[in-house]
Amino acid sequence: MIGSIDPVLLVASLMIASTPILLAAIGEMVAEKAGVLNLGVEGMMIVGAICGFIAAVNTGSPMAGFLGGALAGAAMAALFALLTQVFQSNQVATGLALTLFGLGLSSLIGQGYNGIRPPATARLDLGPLSDIPVLGRMLFSHDWMVYASLGLVAAVWAFLRFTRAGLILRAVGESHDAAHALGYRVVRIRVLALMFGGACAGLGGAYLSLVRVPQWTEGMTAGAGWIALAIVVFASWKAGRVLLGAYLFGGVTVLQLNLQAAGVAIPVQYLSMAPYLITILVLVVISADRSRVALNAPAMLGRNFHASR
Amino acid sequence: MIRLERRPTPSRFWTGATPVLAVIATMIAGGLLFAALGKNPAEAIRTIFWDPLFGQFASYSRPQLLVKAAPLILIAVGLSFGFRAGIWNIGAEGQYIIGAICGAAVALAFYPMDAVIVFPLMVLAGAAGGLAWAMIPAVLKIRFNTSEILVSLMLVYVAGHILSAMAFGALRNPEGMGFPGSRNLQQYPAAHNAELIANSGLHWGTVTAFLAVIAAYVLMQRHILGFQIRVAGEAPRAARFAGVNPARLTAICLGTSGALAGLAGLFEVAGPSGQITPDFASGYGFTAIIVAFLGRLNPLGILAAGLLMALTYIGGELAQLTLALPAAAIQAFQGMLLFFLLAFDMLSNFRIRIGRPEGAQ
Amino acid sequence: MTEPARETLLTIEGLTKAYPGVVANDDVSFAIGRGEVHALLGENGAGKSTLVKMIYGLVRPDAGRMALRGAPFAPPQPSAARAAGVAMVFQHFSLFEALSVAENVALGMEQAPKPRDLAARIARVSEDYGLPLDPYRLVGDLSAGERQRVEIIRCLLQDPRLLIMDEPTSVLTPQEVAILFDTLRKLAAEGTAILYISHKLEEIRALCDAATILRRGKVVATCNPREQTARDLAEMMVGTTLATPSRAEATPGAAVLDIAGLSVTPANPFGTALRDITLTLRAGEVLGIGGVAGNGQDELLAALSGEARTEPGAIRLKGKPVGDAGPNARRALGLLCAPEERLGHAAAPDMTLIENATLTATIRKGLLSGGFVRWPAARRFAEEIITAFDVRTPGPEVAARALSGGNLQKFVIGREVLQAPEVLVVNQPTWGVDAAAAAAIRQAILDLAAEGAAVIVISQDLDEIMEVADRFAALNAGRLSAPVPTQGLTLERIGLMLGGAHGMHEADLDEAHRHSHPEGAA
Repeated sequence: MIGSIDPVLLVASLMIASTPILLAAIGEMVAEKAGVLNLGVEGMMIVGAICGFIAAVNTGSPMAGFLGGALAGAAMAALFALLTQVFQSNQVATGLALTLFGLGLSSLIGQGYNGIRPPATARLDLGPLSDIPVLGRMLFSHDWMVYASLGLVAAVWAFLRFTRAGLILRAVGESHDAAHALGYRVVRIRVLALMFGGACAGLGGAYLSLVRVPQWTEGMTAGAGWIALAIVVFASWKAGRVLLGAYLFGGVTVLQLNLQAAGVAIPVQYLSMAPYLITILVLVVISADRSRVALNAPAMLGRNFHASR
Repeated sequence: MIRLERRPTPSRFWTGATPVLAVIATMIAGGLLFAALGKNPAEAIRTIFWDPLFGQFASYSRPQLLVKAAPLILIAVGLSFGFRAGIWNIGAEGQYIIGAICGAAVALAFYPMDAVIVFPLMVLAGAAGGLAWAMIPAVLKIRFNTSEILVSLMLVYVAGHILSAMAFGALRNPEGMGFPGSRNLQQYPAAHNAELIANSGLHWGTVTAFLAVIAAYVLMQRHILGFQIRVAGEAPRAARFAGVNPARLTAICLGTSGALAGLAGLFEVAGPSGQITPDFASGYGFTAIIVAFLGRLNPLGILAAGLLMALTYIGGELAQLTLALPAAAIQAFQGMLLFFLLAFDMLSNFRIRIGRPEGAQ
Repeated sequence: MTEPARETLLTIEGLTKAYPGVVANDDVSFAIGRGEVHALLGENGAGKSTLVKMIYGLVRPDAGRMALRGAPFAPPQPSAARAAGVAMVFQHFSLFEALSVAENVALGMEQAPKPRDLAARIARVSEDYGLPLDPYRLVGDLSAGERQRVEIIRCLLQDPRLLIMDEPTSVLTPQEVAILFDTLRKLAAEGTAILYISHKLEEIRALCDAATILRRGKVVATCNPREQTARDLAEMMVGTTLATPSRAEATPGAAVLDIAGLSVTPANPFGTALRDITLTLRAGEVLGIGGVAGNGQDELLAALSGEARTEPGAIRLKGKPVGDAGPNARRALGLLCAPEERLGHAAAPDMTLIENATLTATIRKGLLSGGFVRWPAARRFAEEIITAFDVRTPGPEVAARALSGGNLQKFVIGREVLQAPEVLVVNQPTWGVDAAAAAAIRQAILDLAAEGAAVIVISQDLDEIMEVADRFAALNAGRLSAPVPTQGLTLERIGLMLGGAHGMHEADLDEAHRHSHPEGAA
């Protein structure tokens, strides 16, 4: 019964399942490092999913699809940025509004795209690496976006750690008043960080509709955006841990799907609940260590900045 | 260049005018959206906002307004306490579902007994179920400082799966010929949440919603708890200085909103909806968030906003029938409303100034 | 003239700046020479901050001219001023607690060198100027004096010609002040001019070559402070003779507050832990607790107000253990507190004065009836406070944030005083408050003590403590020294009680001591 689950297939599908969440989470982490809490990740992901899908289907190119998804996510994020950075609206409420609007908008745009197959995304040919027994199939035979997402995580890590721009972004998230006093353009930096986060979320959504499923269905993100937010907290705002968290969550999701398929004697619904319950558990464990959260969370997270000099 | 300058005291005028402005702006933007979909914008707006009240089938749609508004208002009133205090219950949809399940379970346990006690017990069960579901994020926040936003939201998905499990399993109608879904409570008189006045849309849920508005108004204006909620939301450090116990406040706000959401679920499953089915949850818990903000987190405002939102639901259904407008358009429309409200909200706290940026003294 | 003529570095002619309702600077003119230490003297609100902001490029003047080394100087923003060689150390630091010293310095520089080079430069420059700093430490772990060093190093690494310092000694112990002065003298000797803003007369007389005195936006005098007495300077600054608060002879009554072995770990990782605090407070006396910011003042107030709970027996009010009681339980027993932060802690900024009066007075003023707030009674109480303490406001319906700092502080202190406390604890009662309001607040504290209440005044302003307190104790790194009578207390003794400077080596301590006592007295 449980023995009918193929571990190689499990790990391989784990990487694919984790990629959308990884993309969304790493983008949100950058936005949060700059001090903004964007709860609209779910909305940005799903809009990215449908826009990417439409772009790919209509042009026949999956690349156009990914680009379209990223642009759509960035546009949604720009809307959020306008409201919170310029109009000083409450970040929690605006994030929720973005999600609700995104869900509605995506359903609207997606009318008529149900049941269509998108153009396939190319596998990355890693030559001899993918011929390695066991590991080859597990790790080296995926489409190129999987590896691009890993590269993105590394790039974000290096950016925040080693570059001046990354230092400035972190500074803005730690104390926007001090950054402003030193002459840095807080609003501009936050808008850029938000748009990057939106583009990543949109990309993650596009990956869902173009590769993971691959199809368009209303509400297909099923809470992935919220999970991404939880992963950022779990990761204590560190890029490496975001990778760990995303893969952990992807692993749980894939495992429960496999258990369902293997006919395990637990009703399907309870298995489906597992990823969400595990997320709650993980959040509790991380939050309970208050001093760790206080040390790692950007001090300005969620606070609006108004230049009053 | 255009600058924003903080007002010394928030403007009363703009605080009241913002929702009206937002509605007008949404109508305009919505009109553009409908035009893009190939529908006549004026006709669409009329169908959504005017016809349900005064049109051909108004005598049918007017009572439906109250039916749709009741759960929205009930849930939104509960949410407004928490939102004012900075406690974000995003999982009202989950509490609504669990309340409905608990209430229906009690009813089905008594079936087919015809006793006066059944309905009150159902009501208690509904409130208790919602309360318990909301206490999970409350306890986790109090003990472990976990984000109530994320926990309550995760629990919505969990509740959705529990609903499915119940509809297919534990609560399934044995005489239902294998279809998922419980018995229809509308056919069980002791449990039915019937209309109190025929064709008025007024059922016990509506009455409770009105009572909740009144109680909330008195609480926020006159009672010390209402004062504490407001301070906690505006100046958390000052609230602690004033002796507000944050744990107690969290428990009260989340518990109350959970209980009210659970009640809304119960009244819905025992009344207009009738049975526990996999798609029982229609998103009231999320729309109520929009209602709460549209009503400026004020009970009387929520009353008006709930009625308005119900209008968009009914009008939307009407437009689906007569104009073939997709259902999702209304959802997008509602989201836009919240956006515009949040954007215009700025006017009550800031003045727009045109000129060169000047340093402060 | 005792010094050779200096080459002029900066000239200011007729600088004027007006805001709606007030002229901040009115036709201000003076000059600073190369290597000169020039004081800018004046009371709160005299226009010092506005003037230096114009020099630093944060504010554009309405009229007047500036010239730096003969060339016209009108920086449109701070980076232009920095490029021209003007650096500024603000009173409120622009630092990032969760980042390291090196990262903080890099953020304050236009062209930051590579991290490793920068760390080496920081270590070297800080040692050279007697302000040692470890470039890898997190700023959040540093004391206020050490944080100021980060700000100064940031400036020094840009090789400034003019260094502006805004009220630098408000966060320093007397020993740290001596070190700072050594650094500034060294800089001046190397040719850097220093514009030193302060209202502390003795320091200016010790350090500065020249002084420009501002009052209500105008220059009222330019002089050599060493040739003036402190009293002359004070009168030039204020324009009138200040009334020193009158104090009746204190005969302390029974003990009302007993703190024994109070130890609290802070909630915030960058906070200060309180260690084994012990003191006894008697009715009718005023105890002053001195110390520079960041030594546990906020934490002490939180422990006394009830926002932070401790062992029940650690704090006893008239014999009753209240250490684990909440704020309102303590209020009922007569223990009231006034925190440092006016907006956001002592008062809710967006709420009206009536609502803010309700914040703490529900119990002692009977504002609740069966859980419901008696708003008319609350309004009456707010009006009582406004009248009794001369709070300038259009009415009690105004939001707290609309009031000026001094008026809001009068309201906040007045709110607690009019509740007839048995014990009142105030943290920084007059910071950022104009002279008249400060005097009124200090008098109110003395009057309260005269009526039999016991008062604790926590303050960074040692002059204030000497004025109002009967006894003095020093708070240093969360530890409280044993209280001593203020009668006959010298500044040096206070400095020693404050524990000296932080993060200094033994040798530096001796050096500092020798500097303040060149005659070699022990």
